[in-house]
Amino acid sequence: MQRYSGFGLLKHSLSHHENWQRVWRNPTPKKKYDVIIVGGGGHGLATAYYLAKEFGVTNVAVIEKGYLGGGNTARNTTIVRSNYLWDEAAHLYEHAMKLWEGLSQDLNYNVMFSQRGVLNLGHTLQDMRDIQRRVNANRLNGIDGEVLDAKQVSEIVPILDCSENARFPVMGASWQPRAGVARHDAVAWGFARGADMHGVDLIQQTEVVDFIIEDGTVVGVKTDRYGEIKADRVGCVVAGHSGVMAAKAGFQLPLESHPLQALVSEPIKPILDTVVMSNHVHGYASQSDKGDLVIGAGIDSYTGYGQRGSYPTIEHTVQAIVEMFPIFSRVRMNRQWGGIVDTCPDACPIISETPVKNLFFNCGWGTGGFKATPGSGNVFAASLAKGEMHELAKPFSMFRFHNGALIDEHGAAGVAH
Amino acid sequence: MFHIYCPHCSEYREEEEFHYHGQAHIARPLDPDSCTDEEWGNYMFFRKNPKGIHHELWDHAAGCRKFFNVTRNTVTYEIKEVYKIGEQPKVVADAVPSK
Amino acid sequence: MAQKNRLQSGGRVDRTKPVSFTYNGKKYQGFAGDTLASALLANGVDLVGRSFKYSRPRGIVAAGAEEPNAIMQIGATEATQVPNVRATQQELFDGLVAGSTNGWPNVETDLMGLVGKVGGKMMPPGFYYKTFMFPQSMWETYEQFIRKAAGLGRSPKEYDPDIYDNINQHCDVMIVGAGPAGLAAALVAARGGARVIIADEQNEFGGSLLSSKETIDGKAGSAWVSEVVKELATYKDVQMLPRSTVNGYHDHNFLTIHQRCTDHIADRAPNGQVRQRMHRVRAKWVVLATGAHERPLVFGNNDVPGCMVASAVSTYINRYGVLPGNELVLMTSNDNAYRTALDWHDAGRKVVAIVDSRRNPSGDLVSAARDRGINIIAGSGVIDVHGSKRVQEVSVASLSEDGSRVTGSVQKLRADTVASSGGWSPVVHLSCHTGSRPVWKDDVIGFVPGATVQQQLIAGAISGDFTTEGALSQGIKAAQEALSKLGKSAPEMAVPKTDKVVQGKPMALFHIPHSKPTSQAPKQFVDYQNDVTAAGIELACREGFESIEHVKRYTAMGFGTDQGKLGNINGMAIAAKFLNQSIPETGTTIFRPNYTPITFGAIAGRNCGELFDPKRYTAMHKWHVEHGAKFEDVGQWKRPWYFPKPGESMHEALNRECVATRESVGILDASTLGKIDIQGKDAREFLGRVYSNAWAKLPVGKCRYGLMLKEDGMVFDDGVTSCLGDNHFLMTTTTGGAAGVLNWLELYHQTEWPELEVYFTSVTDHWATMTISGPNSRKLLEELTDADVSKENFGFMDWKPMEVAGVPARVFRISFTGELSFEINVQANYGLHVWEKLFEHGAKYNLTPYGTETMHILRAEKGFIIAGQDTDGSVHPYDLGMGWAVSMNKPFSFIGKRGMGREDCVRKDRKQLVGIKTIDPNVVLPEGAQGVFDPSAPIPMPMVGHITSSYWSANLGRSIAMGFVKGGLDKMGEKVYYPLADGRVVEAEICSPIFLDPKGERQNV
Repeated sequence: MQRYSGFGLLKHSLSHHENWQRVWRNPTPKKKYDVIIVGGGGHGLATAYYLAKEFGVTNVAVIEKGYLGGGNTARNTTIVRSNYLWDEAAHLYEHAMKLWEGLSQDLNYNVMFSQRGVLNLGHTLQDMRDIQRRVNANRLNGIDGEVLDAKQVSEIVPILDCSENARFPVMGASWQPRAGVARHDAVAWGFARGADMHGVDLIQQTEVVDFIIEDGTVVGVKTDRYGEIKADRVGCVVAGHSGVMAAKAGFQLPLESHPLQALVSEPIKPILDTVVMSNHVHGYASQSDKGDLVIGAGIDSYTGYGQRGSYPTIEHTVQAIVEMFPIFSRVRMNRQWGGIVDTCPDACPIISETPVKNLFFNCGWGTGGFKATPGSGNVFAASLAKGEMHELAKPFSMFRFHNGALIDEHGAAGVAH
Repeated sequence: MFHIYCPHCSEYREEEEFHYHGQAHIARPLDPDSCTDEEWGNYMFFRKNPKGIHHELWDHAAGCRKFFNVTRNTVTYEIKEVYKIGEQPKVVADAVPSK
Repeated sequence: MAQKNRLQSGGRVDRTKPVSFTYNGKKYQGFAGDTLASALLANGVDLVGRSFKYSRPRGIVAAGAEEPNAIMQIGATEATQVPNVRATQQELFDGLVAGSTNGWPNVETDLMGLVGKVGGKMMPPGFYYKTFMFPQSMWETYEQFIRKAAGLGRSPKEYDPDIYDNINQHCDVMIVGAGPAGLAAALVAARGGARVIIADEQNEFGGSLLSSKETIDGKAGSAWVSEVVKELATYKDVQMLPRSTVNGYHDHNFLTIHQRCTDHIADRAPNGQVRQRMHRVRAKWVVLATGAHERPLVFGNNDVPGCMVASAVSTYINRYGVLPGNELVLMTSNDNAYRTALDWHDAGRKVVAIVDSRRNPSGDLVSAARDRGINIIAGSGVIDVHGSKRVQEVSVASLSEDGSRVTGSVQKLRADTVASSGGWSPVVHLSCHTGSRPVWKDDVIGFVPGATVQQQLIAGAISGDFTTEGALSQGIKAAQEALSKLGKSAPEMAVPKTDKVVQGKPMALFHIPHSKPTSQAPKQFVDYQNDVTAAGIELACREGFESIEHVKRYTAMGFGTDQGKLGNINGMAIAAKFLNQSIPETGTTIFRPNYTPITFGAIAGRNCGELFDPKRYTAMHKWHVEHGAKFEDVGQWKRPWYFPKPGESMHEALNRECVATRESVGILDASTLGKIDIQGKDAREFLGRVYSNAWAKLPVGKCRYGLMLKEDGMVFDDGVTSCLGDNHFLMTTTTGGAAGVLNWLELYHQTEWPELEVYFTSVTDHWATMTISGPNSRKLLEELTDADVSKENFGFMDWKPMEVAGVPARVFRISFTGELSFEINVQANYGLHVWEKLFEHGAKYNLTPYGTETMHILRAEKGFIIAGQDTDGSVHPYDLGMGWAVSMNKPFSFIGKRGMGREDCVRKDRKQLVGIKTIDPNVVLPEGAQGVFDPSAPIPMPMVGHITSSYWSANLGRSIAMGFVKGGLDKMGEKVYYPLADGRVVEAEICSPIFLDPKGERQNV
């Protein structure tokens, strides 16, 4: 398989780039796999990659109803951070963060992970208490973090309105220097290429229409294009469509699928070189390498599978951006879009066994799944390989919604991200 | 932005006046103390979350403050009907195929 | 400066009104009626930018919203900078300052172009995914360079001096586009009595009729436009919005219109006018009459300045009186574009040749060209263009019948302008915004709007009928249909007479092949702004990016500010051909808002700065301001935080306030606490269900504290509720929780227990609440009331109506400080009066105003919780050590009871709220500090709970704190450690959270 490098580019330029190999094959599925992953988004592809690479399970298929990485992986605002409050979440996201660091090299695919730091602003005394609480927890959990005052924030982001005149003046922030952004499509493609290299079959444009369940145990899936495909274990990683898939398997999940919108400005010259988030004012922004201001809107309150939300949600977000960055008032919004996010009541994911034996679900990432992609894939792969949940995944069982052991991250995750 | 007919005000009003409260017709168990943890968890958290026809609870928060139900297609966002608390929907999932 | 390309006559510009402007630091002149683009072309400016990846010189390609190259930085001052304005949409005004956005050191002599030429070969699509990986630490350095090269214009660095508006509108029929179809529709709708809004992005109505020589009813098209506009102006229910782009079409027929009110007059809106306005429109019916965009053809070096879209050339000639060159080659796959050659020829300049990809072009326009002696080279294509900053020569070769191969030898033609047309793409963008997928039609050679659930009709070129006659008749029909759907009678209207032009069949051609394979041919651009070439698309497909969404994302096609208006269909066609499938099989192209970019400020409207969120003030706010209060934001409220005296630090002020209250009397403005009036015969039963404690026996005249839980058993609000009458209660809530609690009560009443007769009314704003607290508070109150407020007749947790300072009041003997305390409630209008009276009489008791911070300290000394600070949605009453506020034997299973009983909620080692005493009494722990039992444990260190409240207590002369500790209620006297960010480890002891007066004697005097 071809490796990528600057030298390779030079070599291929001599042959007019006519000899680049396919990034992944377009295989016809086998009759049976050890593991089938339903859903070819970032998390599903990462799961397949780590299954093959780290756990030696290579007889794996990823079945995707559309194109690889076409769901929320392609629609998010690419923020990567691990400064979560509760131990369970912090350990999971930090596991992901460690994989992000070095992911481009591991995949031999530049995912453009840019550790430009993330600021979470505080605008009230309670915000600041929460920030202190979270940063102190982060530090004792081995996650980098600092509490900054308004002056320090202003030094990092001079274009942020840190004046007393703001409706909700900035009082300070938490700062995670190792956090940042990555190139979302590249993450899906890099994992896909890596999985394919290790022999995983990536089956696109094929919808899993049902599970084959015998005596309470899943033994395969039914697809629209290739009929039945058998598997020893099935991992379902379909984000917003998790509820629909769970219904096919005969159970419900503690999930609701909501529209989540985002928007970008026109590309402008570099002006914002970190990520700024505000729960209180409800806005967050970063600037992509292409120059777009990448801005996440709030989640729409209603459930929806339309990949679009309501205009007032966009308005509120833009108001917040203009409030935080008054100089952007004359900059123009280029495009908006929506994804479908599956949200859990405690703003934490579900990585879990289900009432159906050998059927595992990885879902409920809500508004913040992108940052967890490698970690989520890694622990889910470990769980699928062994048939037993990975230590870091155990707290995220769907059954916590029965026994009450919730991990309430609303404080840290209140704003979509 | 939705245009929602409030059955109490008998008027179409903008979505901004309303609050969404999730799946409708989730009755609080009459005897909570006899529920198992599982039953109680199901009542609090587990939802149908359908793609297609959905019966859901809204309230006219910035209007009459009354709650009511809406039957809505969660894909096309069409509102098929609104009906008051205690009433049953006329449009149900089987009658209208989801897309 | 001479306008060398300006025609002596013709066009819609006013030659008597010269307008001067600056471009790249140089002064130029145009005329009123020009766009920046037409004025630049009139002045012979060929170069308007550099492409972002290869830094190639670029010129103006189009005449409207689809322009990809002429992206300008506009603005005469720092504060009025606007990045990325399309020159084709910017009207010229006197003093306009514009500059090109890329090119270093400038657009004419660009050194980056060298890099583009040398390195371009190494920069195929996605090259950045394949390199810059080693060493790992270098990425952020590489990134700096990439970022610098990217981005078009720049953000202003100063605040926007302009204001913006939002306006809500309703109409029967919203017509998008005021070309022939839209105008015809508007006329019929208006005559039919409908309430109509018609919006068009251009400065005047007329659309294609403004730039063509077609006639309507025997008159110039523009004359027909004037008549229609004149008639429309007579209807009071018709609103005409020029310079207004319908940028988004949302669910349930909600549309947004971006109106540019002053951008055509000046940089900055004059006289405080609104610069731009967003119309938020709810339309009963929508008629999309958005027209079509002409597609350029893709051929070698088709980006050299001088290569333009055919219809744009006609527009510059006919509408602006500008001939953007001398010698034209027209490259076309259809008859319609022949108009451009005719226009060019008739304007008196040379048409070198019409190169037509079809073997046997025929039709009226073809004949007209032949009649003029224009050389038509049929069955051929322009395969390459020569020149760097302007077209100098073109290479033409004959093509196979299907246009897929070059078959003949190459001839070169001298020309400075290449106009091209591959046909027209309906502007389906808006129809896609609500999720409807466009449908490919072979006969249209384009996508048309697909099925939709919106109340939407279409008319004109958007439907795939590109004739003026079709536009007019469809416009009439659409309006008639809308009227009848609205239950109005639709007036008849004859379709105005248009020129009859017989046209031959167009050819479905998108990409003109080169003699070499695409990968080796000169660059053939598909998306100019993002430097996406045909070879790049083929490479993407070759590498396995086969879905059109993958192709777009891998190559960045369509991700520019023009969002692929010119290039997307061509790109799809190239991908389809490479993959050997049809265009619809390759995918559809999905458009999302905005149609064209929209100013953030316009979307925000007035909802920024002061008006970003409403501010709520209490009735005594003025007094607080006058007395130097510092304020805290609590929800929307501005609450006094503390009242520093001149020269006093916060710490000093708090000490003074705390001591004064405990020693004599302090006063707090507590008006912001939520107040809900609850009435009805079942009010008491209802309270018993929503609070965790018992309410059955609370007598009239008594108050009780209650905890409110969610179904999961977790505390979400608290407050005191008082019994005003047998069926009448007053509930108080936290300041921030008021709205949520009211909604919560309504939810349960209306959906679960409608049989209970109970009514809720928010009365927060009706009352001003002032709490006097401290040993002298009774004496002070006695001076202002005749009522008996003695211990015997007005006991702790009683309330009484009485007159205070001459006005009716409700006084509650409740205490959040642990002191003798009276909460005086009067009608809000009397609030300031009573407050001032208290101070008149309070001076002798050193009555001291205090704010939220002292309130927090005083209550913490007593171990009282603040919901939201000492709770976080994950703690139940037992975690808080407040089991006394839970009545497990109430007959009704109150909200939260079952939730508290779940397996995880009855664990012994849950985090529990306790008092925390630092061993060093002078150390005040930071709130949010995390406790550990073993501070020498390795990272990650097991944490046992955090500090929720922590203060210096002047009254106790030491620090006090409350916080959660795992199993803390059973660990009294044990040690807990707080490792802080600064490296200190603070040692502390677990204790009761009641630091002062544990028996509660002070409040009960």
